[in-house]
Amino acid sequence: MTARMSPWNPERDDAELERRVLTTTVERMVAWARQGSVWPASFGLACCAIEMMCTAAARFDLARFGSELFRASPRQADLMIVSGRVSQKMAPVLRHIYDQMLEPKWVIAMGDCSSCGGVFNNYALVQGVDKIVPVDVYVAGCPPRPEALMHGFLMLREKIGATGGRR
Amino acid sequence: MSGAGACVALLRERLRDLDLDVTEFRGEVTVIVPAAQAFEALRALRDAPGWTPVLTDLTAIDRFPAEPRFEVVYLLTGYSPPVRLRVKARLPGEVAVMASVTGLWPGANWLEREVYDMFGIRFEGHPGLTRILMPDDWEGHPLRKDFPLTEEPVQFSGHTPKVPSTIIPKSPPRR
Amino acid sequence: MPEPRPETLTINMGPQHPATHGVLRLLLELEGEVIVGTRPIIGHLHTGFEKEMENRTYHQNIVFPARIEYLATFIEEMAYVLAVEKLLGITPPPRAQVARIILAEMSRVASHLVFLGSSAIDVNVSSGFMYCLQDREEILDIFDMVSGQRMMHGYYRIGGLHQDLPEGFEARVRQIAEGLAGRVDEYDSLLTDNLIWRKRLEGVAVLTPQTALAYGCTGPVLRGSGVNYDVRKAFPYGGYEQFEFDVPLGRNGDAFDRYLVRMEEMRQSRRIILQALDRLPGGPVRLDDRKIALPPRGELVRSMEAVIHQFKLVSEGLHPPAGEVYAAVESPRGEKGYYLVSDGSNRPSRVRVRAATFNNLQALPAMVYRGFIADVVVAIASLDVVLGDVDR
Repeated sequence: MTARMSPWNPERDDAELERRVLTTTVERMVAWARQGSVWPASFGLACCAIEMMCTAAARFDLARFGSELFRASPRQADLMIVSGRVSQKMAPVLRHIYDQMLEPKWVIAMGDCSSCGGVFNNYALVQGVDKIVPVDVYVAGCPPRPEALMHGFLMLREKIGATGGRR
Repeated sequence: MSGAGACVALLRERLRDLDLDVTEFRGEVTVIVPAAQAFEALRALRDAPGWTPVLTDLTAIDRFPAEPRFEVVYLLTGYSPPVRLRVKARLPGEVAVMASVTGLWPGANWLEREVYDMFGIRFEGHPGLTRILMPDDWEGHPLRKDFPLTEEPVQFSGHTPKVPSTIIPKSPPRR
Repeated sequence: MPEPRPETLTINMGPQHPATHGVLRLLLELEGEVIVGTRPIIGHLHTGFEKEMENRTYHQNIVFPARIEYLATFIEEMAYVLAVEKLLGITPPPRAQVARIILAEMSRVASHLVFLGSSAIDVNVSSGFMYCLQDREEILDIFDMVSGQRMMHGYYRIGGLHQDLPEGFEARVRQIAEGLAGRVDEYDSLLTDNLIWRKRLEGVAVLTPQTALAYGCTGPVLRGSGVNYDVRKAFPYGGYEQFEFDVPLGRNGDAFDRYLVRMEEMRQSRRIILQALDRLPGGPVRLDDRKIALPPRGELVRSMEAVIHQFKLVSEGLHPPAGEVYAAVESPRGEKGYYLVSDGSNRPSRVRVRAATFNNLQALPAMVYRGFIADVVVAIASLDVVLGDVDR
């Protein structure tokens, strides 16, 4: 059975077209896809890494937001969660890992230590990871509860959607 | 061996010319030996019959500006029967060199490296005395009292920035 | 490490490696797949705890210990608080002591669960990881209920606890402790009888008792090799002498024995928790000495004296006598000790943290020598390293 072709009727067919077809830019579509599957690098530093593990584990289940796939290689990851204090010895390594990640990439500073130094204010630690890598979302807490980290993830999602996937 | 007192008695017996200074505080026995004879004393303790002491901890104290400036602290533990003994040796600030005990306890390797890293005390006879915790190109020894804590003032809105460690100042000793 | 021979290959492992449980870096020298040299490089998490603690008052320092060994938080806090109490020559009230032991043993179980989960994931038993963390959540709920924090509690005080245990605490702990036996048995049937698990762990990373003693190893690593040393038995602290429990020992000193020791320790911890619940006394949870412990909140509105004490303690801190003490506890990784030197002022003049994993990790090159590269992962997992503890 073939549909009968009728002549174009703008009053009727324009509305039908709007209802059935979504128009967007490629950029926005890509951003929409990106925000739903952010892959974090599996990069644990200190105490916060344990809470990061809990976030990915059964009770909190980060998989609901498409981010359960922690990649061992930074080259396969889009997101670095700096989970813990960054020492002067670790700083060059951290920057190296960040440089190895492919664009576009994002950084969550998880916890007080990576956000600003936290309770430690001394010779050994970098006072805030934003001195070495650009940070997109800061999550407060020492350590932040898994709920807080998930809130950080949701904020990052919003940001990726709003900026069209670019930084 | 029964208790730390027996260890001290043994040291007195083995090394007759040793100048021992024994103190006890809260049930813990500390023996201060001259730095030059510390290795001998530790060897005598390790080889003493009746216990096999383990080097539980090796660390140092900076008493700056007092002299002799450094104290190297060895904490020995016998597992059965349970005995603890602390042995200390005092070192001057200018030539802070000790004999390494890695030959007696291989576990002293990293502990001595840590003391070197943090205090700048050198251990003679150590198989590879390099920095362990700090980066290799680090300057200074962080746990020395004349090494600053290197704090950044913390800004709170509406207040002048504060250096955290000065909020409660150090009080003079009491009692 | 010997000079590299032409036929050996040196490879780098870490600091960013999923199986190193943190930021441990290893340089491995290989002959084919066989390891002939290992050089651990540590310090990537050096936080300067000791210097930081020397620049704070005794009370302010309570926040730091839990962040050193962040898997066994209550045990860590207990170690520091016990050291200061020893320095002051005081003993907390009985209720506080028993409460501390309950929380410490729950911390031990939680820590061993993370060990189990992370070693399971290292040999690709991902479901084991999920089960273990799920059980740990139940314990963290109790910690949350007690202190308001899941990990960094700050709940212990010099001379007792911050506040009394919450309502319903005993019932919840009992419920979890009762359930724990079944859970551990379940892990037993999931892993101990699992052929792959046994093949990966049995005879791997063998540590002889002589080597373990020479390197000063403690905890399950030492007991897995058959040496009977548990700080809770040898130098009882905080009231442990009143409790009945056994110290499990291994025979072969391999990764499998260390795993078995930890499994049995969880059962023993359950025993201690149940005993402690039965004899949890009533009464105050903090000492009445106003020069040491803060006065209760309610007293501040009634008594001027209490206000003065509160002000002095908060703005100046307490002044222990000059002297030096070493207080050790049995953490899930071994002997954790705090060596405090006081000069009589309100700050410790030296704080030394004796870390168990620092010594345990030194035995790693001996454990993996002439083993396969795939077994390094198992060896690290069986040491149960916490890099915060190693680097401090």
